[in-house]
Amino acid sequence: MRDALRRDLRTIRWSAWLGWQMESNWTNPLLFLVYSIVKPVFGTFILVFMFVIILGDVATDPVLFSYMYVGNAFYMFVAQVMFGVAYVVQEDRERFKTLKQVYIAPISFFLYVVGRALSKMAVTALAVVITLVFGVMALDVAVDLGQTAWLMFGIGLFIGLACICTIGVALAGVTFLTARHSSGINEGIAGLFYLFCGVVYPITVLPQWAQNIGLAIPITYWLELMRRSLVPSMDFSEMSGLGEYSDLSILLFLTLSSMAFLILSIGIFKYADHLARKKGKLDMNSTY
Amino acid sequence: MDWLLNLRAVKGRAYPRAVGGLREPSWMFFDTLLPLLGIAAFVFYYQALGAPEVYTGYVIIGGAMTAYWLNVLWSMATQFYWEKETGNLELYMMAPMSKMSVLAGMALGGMILTSVRAVSTIVLGVIIFQVEMDISSPGLLAAVFITTLIALYGLGMLFSSLYMLWGRGAWHMSNLMQEPIYLVSGFYFPVREIGFYFALGAAIIPITLGLDAMRQLLFGNETQGLLPVTTELALLLVSAVAFIVAAHFALKKMEYLGRKEGRLTMRWQ
Repeated sequence: MRDALRRDLRTIRWSAWLGWQMESNWTNPLLFLVYSIVKPVFGTFILVFMFVIILGDVATDPVLFSYMYVGNAFYMFVAQVMFGVAYVVQEDRERFKTLKQVYIAPISFFLYVVGRALSKMAVTALAVVITLVFGVMALDVAVDLGQTAWLMFGIGLFIGLACICTIGVALAGVTFLTARHSSGINEGIAGLFYLFCGVVYPITVLPQWAQNIGLAIPITYWLELMRRSLVPSMDFSEMSGLGEYSDLSILLFLTLSSMAFLILSIGIFKYADHLARKKGKLDMNSTY
Repeated sequence: MDWLLNLRAVKGRAYPRAVGGLREPSWMFFDTLLPLLGIAAFVFYYQALGAPEVYTGYVIIGGAMTAYWLNVLWSMATQFYWEKETGNLELYMMAPMSKMSVLAGMALGGMILTSVRAVSTIVLGVIIFQVEMDISSPGLLAAVFITTLIALYGLGMLFSSLYMLWGRGAWHMSNLMQEPIYLVSGFYFPVREIGFYFALGAAIIPITLGLDAMRQLLFGNETQGLLPVTTELALLLVSAVAFIVAAHFALKKMEYLGRKEGRLTMRWQ
């Protein structure tokens, strides 16, 4: 038991290291940092510009602005990690042609993908922190570290990231079976979350049927918890559509929905893995 | 120059893009539905901010045009990098036609395929969000649109030449040119809002002027354009010619450098 655990941890550690090397060793660290940060940060600037164009100033509606800003900052994890993790299979199979070697190694391929996700998470975390710091310093986003509910934040962050990671792994499983489609599927899932989970606007803006979809996705509760933990001075309850629930209730919803997604993700991964082996797709080369 | 050979090369390179893309129905599903998700999110964001309705139209047109920009970045600029990775680039180099005809074929095929995505995005967006447009000058609108595409794909041809010798940096460079260009080119709001001179600088990317001109023509006086439409069209024409000529010389130079330094066949850099 202990040996198995040690082996699994070693798999995660070395695949994370491998992922880090693959992501970063093509250039010098400073340039890599710039490349990693510019994309998500400019994505945030677009939203800030849109806000300022319509309302004139971020101070016109500081609650909505903080809602949007913090939600968008944490959504970077969803977009970058989920997309990146699912791309691992395609990259290893089609580009580096190492998938077979990794797959037949005496390790859990599931955990290998999880390890690769960790390196993407580390890079994204930096972009999230820089975005938040910029928001606090330049745009008066009301993140208050002195008042932050750190325990809630820590637990919520961990569960949320684990959930994102497992959804990514499920998408990686789907990628076993697809050629070019994988990027479309990943983009689509991330887009659905962006649309339905109240990332940059409260879900109350959406029609009722769309709100119901949002309420079934853990990302909705995760973002709500991140906002409540980091910006306790602002009351999002009137706009968020989740105001009737306490922090603990939100944490409970997050945990339950994440567990449901975890079970679903493992099921999808295992089934896709089985199908890929059965149909001989593990070493597919679509030259794409 | 053997014109017939080069025209066949253009057709041959355009064919897999234009026709191949239509052969897999599921790709059409992703190409038409996925952009709508992001566009819908921006529409709801504007609604949450209480923006005037015309902004919904801006987002739909801008969102549709992102398809072209993404196609230029990932299927033009980085294309020779992909071809190098899959071992096709050396075949292009050995073949007797002009490499410009390969680029032109890539551009033509890309335009056709991407237009499916862009047009369906606009049609669905207009229907779902009930956007009102006033097409009072269809001829001018078509001229602006076509000139924008020629200039944009001319830029793509130039990028493709410059990217030819790059390794993984090409991938990251294209990644880097998505969101910043969405911002400075005003994909989701009128570009004039970022400041007149700044927007003028961003006009180096043809889609900046093209998008602005199209919005002026589609939404009339509500749009505060950067420049008069005819001026923007003239600038687009100039940039179309300039980019294509620059691509020709850049391609020659990069091909020479690639052969000299033996980098045309280097993979997994």
